[in-house]
Amino acid sequence: MMGLLQRLGATTLGITERIGRGHLFLLYVLGGFPSLLPRFGLVIKQIYASGVLSLLIIAVSGLFVGMVLALQGYNTLVDFGATESLGVVVALSLVRELGPVMGALLFAGRAGSALTAEIGLMKATEQLSAMEMMAVNPLHRVVAPRLLGGIIAMPLLAAIFSAVGIIGGYLVAVGLLGVDEGAFWSQMQAKVDLFDDVASGVIKSVVFGFVVTWIALFEGYDAVPTSEGVSRATTRTVVHASLAVLGLNFILTALMFGDD
Amino acid sequence: MSAEPVNSQQHSMPEAWVRIRGLRYTRGEQVIFDGVDMDIPRGRLTAIMGPSGTGKTTLLRLIGGQLHADAGTVEVAGQNVAALRSKALYRLRKRMGMLFQNGALLTDLSVFDNVAFPLREHTRLPELMIRDLVLMKLHAVGLRGARELMPAQLSGGMARRVALARAIALDPEMVLFDEPFTGQDPISLGVLVSLLRSLTDALGLTSVVVSHDVQESLSIADYVYVISAGRVVEHGAPEALQQSTSPWVQQFLQGQSDGPVPFHYPAPDYRTDLLADSP
Ligand SMILES: Nc1ncnc2c1ncn2[C@@H]1O[C@H](COP(=O)(O)OP(=O)(O)O)[C@@H](O)[C@H]1O
Ligand SMILES: [Mg+2]
Repeated sequence: MMGLLQRLGATTLGITERIGRGHLFLLYVLGGFPSLLPRFGLVIKQIYASGVLSLLIIAVSGLFVGMVLALQGYNTLVDFGATESLGVVVALSLVRELGPVMGALLFAGRAGSALTAEIGLMKATEQLSAMEMMAVNPLHRVVAPRLLGGIIAMPLLAAIFSAVGIIGGYLVAVGLLGVDEGAFWSQMQAKVDLFDDVASGVIKSVVFGFVVTWIALFEGYDAVPTSEGVSRATTRTVVHASLAVLGLNFILTALMFGDD
Repeated sequence: MSAEPVNSQQHSMPEAWVRIRGLRYTRGEQVIFDGVDMDIPRGRLTAIMGPSGTGKTTLLRLIGGQLHADAGTVEVAGQNVAALRSKALYRLRKRMGMLFQNGALLTDLSVFDNVAFPLREHTRLPELMIRDLVLMKLHAVGLRGARELMPAQLSGGMARRVALARAIALDPEMVLFDEPFTGQDPISLGVLVSLLRSLTDALGLTSVVVSHDVQESLSIADYVYVISAGRVVEHGAPEALQQSTSPWVQQFLQGQSDGPVPFHYPAPDYRTDLLADSP
């Protein structure tokens, strides 16, 4: 019994300590943001790197998710004779929820794990140490541009996910199920609100991009500098980032859509 | 064990650029340094020798401010490294270069960009001038032709030479060399030895060479420290060191396996260890 309590206490302390270190890490990294402005090329490079990594998988997943949404939505709507609203259902689901959430989950699996491995290996091969000795702060030079890059790339990827998803939904709805094309688009245009729906989706994906990239970079920076340590850290990134995205999505949804 | 200098000319040495006093450093249970005093003179080449695992790399990190002593002080250029705030520490580090044991080249940059890295980070020189400076440094280590290669395409010895070129890119006042001779063929070894010597003599560089290569270290050093088991066991000019009567130093210099220095990492008795029935 004592042993169990002791282990519980030790684990709790360990987790608390790691969370604390994660926040300190973030603080130092954010301190490097001002110095990125005159060297924005570094950030562009990272947007490109993580964006390109995730682009294909995001586009393909978006297409299939949009197609499934159309199929499922049609089955429900057809009972009420409301199939011309199918465009709205597909678009709202994608823009509000699935684009940001699925996009972030895929981003965590693809770009997040790659970031952790990259930073972890840089640590294991003493590249970060070498930078410190060259009087270059790796948190500012290496980590900060990657964080900002992730924050900018994520909403773009989520938008691509939603856009491709809507095309997938359109293909199934109009091409396969025979929904009226005009109704599909015009209802979508009328019912999807730029501020309520699109902006809230963008806010979500900015938050997710920030959290996923932060977790990925911290796991890499905090990894035990061995091959095993880096591989563990990579796994942890995917697990923790995915859970964080799903949990935060609930909170953000409750905040943004809870009272209307 | 004697820690007195074996030569009597120490008072004629120039001022110390690095001054270590009463240094104690531990890693968990393991005591790596216990009461180390060291003076590294400005503008000279100092070799620090010792068996592998004694903490030579650790010592360089303590000098560079990446690790902090448990007790005692490390002063570089008159500043207590452990007490510096990060701005001041970074300012001090611009005045020193460090050659890492494995090179530690940035793997996503080419050889050229690696050497150019400190120049681009810390100076506003035009790209044309950076190019000239980089090619000069690469030429000095014989790798001007390898500028387009990526670090993954280099051998260990080549990577270390590129790292050396990078360490001297900003013309620092002091360079810490961690095992510069490891993995070099006889030709590049000879070139490296004379390069270290000429950098020190021509530029007035303060060089610290950490090595377990006895011959090379003795042949280029102005002053030598031998460390083992957390202490300085001998120091002095190379000639004086070779005359040392310490059985310890003689064993290390001659590379004998028998003597006061154990070859084995601390372990229980071999025979009982082998005969033990429990795993
Ligand atoms: N990251 C580390 N964690 C734990 N122990 C370490 C670490 N790095 C080095 N050591 C220990 O510190 C001692 C000195 O290491 P090091 O300075 O690398 O020796 P040297 O460079 O003289 O070969 C070694 O015994 C090693 O076991
Ligand atoms: Mg070493």
